[in-house]
Amino acid sequence: MADDRSTGTESVTVPLDRLASTCRALSRQPRARLACAAAENDPRCPGAFAVHYVFSLPERSLYSSVGAPIPASAPSFASLTPLLPAANLHEREIREFFGLTPVGHPDPRPNLLHELWPEGTHPLRRDFDPAAARSGQPAPDYPFQRVQGEGVFEIPVGPVHAGIIEPGHFRFSVAGEPIINLEIRLGFVHKGIEKLAEGRTPAEALSLAERVSGDASFSHGLAFCQAVERLAGAEPPPRALLLRVVFAELERLYNHLGDIAGIATDVGFAFGAAQMLILRERVLQRNRELAGHRLLRGIVVPGGVTADLAGSSAESLRSFLASLLADFIEVERIYLEADSLMDRVEGTGVVPRKVAEDLGAVGPAARACGVDEDLRQDHPYAAYAELPFQVQLQEDGDVAARMAVKAAELRESVSLISRALDRLPEGPCRSGLPDGNPAAGTALGWAESSRGEVLHRLTLDSQGRVARLKIKSPSFSNWPLLSWAVRGEIVPDFPLINKSFNLSYSGNDR
Amino acid sequence: MFDIIRRNLKTGQVTVPVTAGGDPEFELVGAELKAKLSRLLNGRSLHVREVDAGSCNGCELEITGLSTPVYDIERFGIHFVASPRHADVLLVTGPVARQMELALRKTYEAAPEPRIVIASGDCALDCGVFAGSYAVYGPVESVIPVDIRIKGCPPPPMSILRALLAAVDRL
Repeated sequence: MADDRSTGTESVTVPLDRLASTCRALSRQPRARLACAAAENDPRCPGAFAVHYVFSLPERSLYSSVGAPIPASAPSFASLTPLLPAANLHEREIREFFGLTPVGHPDPRPNLLHELWPEGTHPLRRDFDPAAARSGQPAPDYPFQRVQGEGVFEIPVGPVHAGIIEPGHFRFSVAGEPIINLEIRLGFVHKGIEKLAEGRTPAEALSLAERVSGDASFSHGLAFCQAVERLAGAEPPPRALLLRVVFAELERLYNHLGDIAGIATDVGFAFGAAQMLILRERVLQRNRELAGHRLLRGIVVPGGVTADLAGSSAESLRSFLASLLADFIEVERIYLEADSLMDRVEGTGVVPRKVAEDLGAVGPAARACGVDEDLRQDHPYAAYAELPFQVQLQEDGDVAARMAVKAAELRESVSLISRALDRLPEGPCRSGLPDGNPAAGTALGWAESSRGEVLHRLTLDSQGRVARLKIKSPSFSNWPLLSWAVRGEIVPDFPLINKSFNLSYSGNDR
Repeated sequence: MFDIIRRNLKTGQVTVPVTAGGDPEFELVGAELKAKLSRLLNGRSLHVREVDAGSCNGCELEITGLSTPVYDIERFGIHFVASPRHADVLLVTGPVARQMELALRKTYEAAPEPRIVIASGDCALDCGVFAGSYAVYGPVESVIPVDIRIKGCPPPPMSILRALLAAVDRL
């Protein structure tokens, strides 16, 4: 792995029997968080694999990766889940997609793959045969957790929901109104993006990265491009790094505005929702004027950005943001004074801080529980190192806290954009990569999207083509929080609590 | 709140200045749609059920945008409904993910005839960048009959409005 301190990453390979103890030592470092776990095929030895655990070590501004080879003769590894609950879904994914058994894992069920696939379907293995998988006998029905007792009943919801949102299945166990247990079953929009990327050039794979989650197109594209740049040893010009901050914060702005509107919608506060959505639409239209695409697609490329803020557009963006912020503050005041809204959001959907830490929560959902983490500060990328800002924290972990974090971050985003514009030097906004293909090897790229940590772990082969692309979206880290947040709450509050996280189904399912 | 309401009353519709800058056609197509609907449906709205069959959520972002005050598509008589049982039109996005194929089929079967189907976005038309994946079943028309097709990644609000106008012509 391309590792030295300047890349902000390090990686070690250990024998398989020392993997768990090495990870345990890393997990005990201050503020350490398991960011992702991924498997890969061994390029040299068919049927052999490797697994990697990636930890965020913010105190050292470092992503530390621990890997171990797995021989073809014994496709298994010791599960870290009993020790690190954050490893749960990552290890379930490794089992279903690679057929590697995490020994000691408490939950043997698949995570993303549904029963239409025969047992033994492992799509990311090199010898996977899609035709055989399509024609085989479907796997047995997925066993949901059963809550039993007098008066307990189940409410199944989805995959097709009432609103204009993505598909997923929620299985509530309730006794009367309060929710005893919520089981979330996703994977409906699984598109096999990681497999599809294999064999493509980085330029071809970029269009896939931008479509992992449409409302995080720029962040996913940015994380992917940074991984390519690390492998190529290329640094985009200073102007490009600042412009990346501008576009990344514009993406955060429109998403946070939409999220805050959604909370108002779900409590029936139509006035508040309408006002926020007007602001969101203004940002989307401005994106199109600045960069040619409302969702900022096709802007970030390896080596820089394709959209320069030429001439007066920087100045007009500045005045646009000033008026946007003034309008936002006015509507925000109305939110905070609306008892009908605040009664519903305060104390609703609480995630305890300990749960957020144990499950490896990221982004505003984690910061709303007081967990101090933000990649822009912990692992600075683009030009964030030269643009100090305040990480926005709340303590209560409820819907109100998540809304407050997003509202405060809106202000920070406006300030970050305006300071980035102040510093914008003359010069190109894009540089070519060094001649030839990027070096073979593995590198990480990351970005703090509006939902939190986007992580791309990219391996290129000697022809410069993608050998493995592991994509960890913030939604994958945060979906389990929702099950915790709704416990003991009443079913009618579920849409509100769900909206306060506003997680991406497509980002989770890929 | 009342300050803003008072000012809004003076401002008038936000739809006018914003769309006049970008897309004056939006108002024209909308007016045509409204006229047709009031003739064909006796004054009731056209009921649209949105189905995400595997999209990246970019299409959903734009479709929800249609209901914001800036476009306010309900004023033309377009109403997004919560159930396929109430739908005149299914607006389907995404390549059909294998794991959504059955749900899409069932949603279609649940809708009353004539159930006009709009395949919305490049992925819905030909799977877009996701073509060739083991996890993708195929374009929308490989699962249910498609009446109207919209290009775009994602299709902008104007394209969706035009497709709805075309859907009314099929009623």
